Amino acid sequence: MAVDSLIELRGVNKYYGPLHVLQNIDLTVARGEVVVVIGPSGSGKSTLCRAMNRLETIESGLITIEGTPLPAEGRGLARLRAEVGMVFQSFNLFAHRTVLDNVSLAQIKVRKRKKEDADRRSRELLDRVGLLSQADKLPAQLSGGQQQRVAIARALAMDPKALLFDEPTSALDPEMINEVLEVMRQLAREGMTMVVVTHEMGFARSAANRVVFMSDGRIVEDRTPEDFFTAPESDRAKDFLSKILKH
Amino acid sequence: MDVLTNNLSLYGKGFLGTVELTVYASLLALALGFVMASFRVAPVRALRALGTVWVTVLRNTPLTLLFFAVVLGLPRFGLVLPFQLFAILALGCYTSAFICEVLRSGINTVPKGQGEAARSLGMTFGQTLGGVVLPQAFRSVIPPIGSTLIALAKNSAIAGAFSVTELLGTYKSLSEMGYSIIWTFVWIAVGYLIITLSISALFHFMEKRWGVAR
Repeated sequence: MAVDSLIELRGVNKYYGPLHVLQNIDLTVARGEVVVVIGPSGSGKSTLCRAMNRLETIESGLITIEGTPLPAEGRGLARLRAEVGMVFQSFNLFAHRTVLDNVSLAQIKVRKRKKEDADRRSRELLDRVGLLSQADKLPAQLSGGQQQRVAIARALAMDPKALLFDEPTSALDPEMINEVLEVMRQLAREGMTMVVVTHEMGFARSAANRVVFMSDGRIVEDRTPEDFFTAPESDRAKDFLSKILKH
Repeated sequence: MDVLTNNLSLYGKGFLGTVELTVYASLLALALGFVMASFRVAPVRALRALGTVWVTVLRNTPLTLLFFAVVLGLPRFGLVLPFQLFAILALGCYTSAFICEVLRSGINTVPKGQGEAARSLGMTFGQTLGGVVLPQAFRSVIPPIGSTLIALAKNSAIAGAFSVTELLGTYKSLSEMGYSIIWTFVWIAVGYLIITLSISALFHFMEKRWGVAR
């Protein structure tokens, strides 16, 4: 694994006051790998995901992207963040800009592309997520699933080396979950490195190379999806799976 | 009525003086307020502290005291400027503290995720603030900024006590000439109304044009 690791976490600890939300986390994500992080609410999986591009600071430990430790605030951090895309639970599309502008904005400001070049790339990506016809609308005029697909296009526009997904389907109506998961599956097939925090067990089974199960701030299991879903080792994972797979 | 018609040029000068004070001090207050609001939300602790001190000191100092400090204090450090410039400085700095807080409350109305999304795309603090957060904050701060600038227009009357030509100050000459004090003040009040209602109209228009759609 360590030969071509893209994201590496070593002994990462984080506290919210007295609450130890990340406890000695070690995790390696190799290039082209899809790692799905699951676990009960409050287990620290979102925090883990957000720590990987320093939207959450950590108290101790080391996080490296391609061997470079995450810098503190400043231009170095901004440069590194441009290489790691992020998709949020609540989409977070820029509410005052059109769909097209949302995808183009960071290309122009960060990648210093010309507006025409950025817009051309944006249209390609919008076409890829099936939303070219919505390019001139405002985010609020789109459904949740459409907004999330725009958010994925926006992250892809930076040509990132990896994508982080923080519960990308948790705010969506059941009907819209699939259109988003389909785009994510497509990305996984194309070899994009992905870390996905989700409750979608179907996606974990079908698209993940590895499943990381977290509970109470620790990584409890880190295995292939087949192993994890058919024969979970820990009691905590067995309990979790029995609760969610019942329905 | 003849108070006005007989002294049009005196009223006019005073009116223009107040307009000048209001416009220049407003521009200074908006610029400084913008800078200080950026400081108050910056990731650098020293900048945040500077912004906080600026607001705390200026917002809690009586404006008249601030005028005294500027007009009597700055010359001691060798800075001698025309009284009108001193007045603009005092008014602008004082009002910038309020503008800063209005802008900051506007910034706080923008959901946190907007800034996070911008930062996650590699945008710097300045790009995030200027390209994503402030344009959205701007829409919700139009009405309170209007109120703050109207207060500034009326606060400019204090400058009259520091030998700056402005509207309220005209009453002294007029009452010396023996005009009815009531009518003198009525016309002064009308002058202020023209200025404040213009500011209201401008901000009403801006709110119509750019305000948050509901």
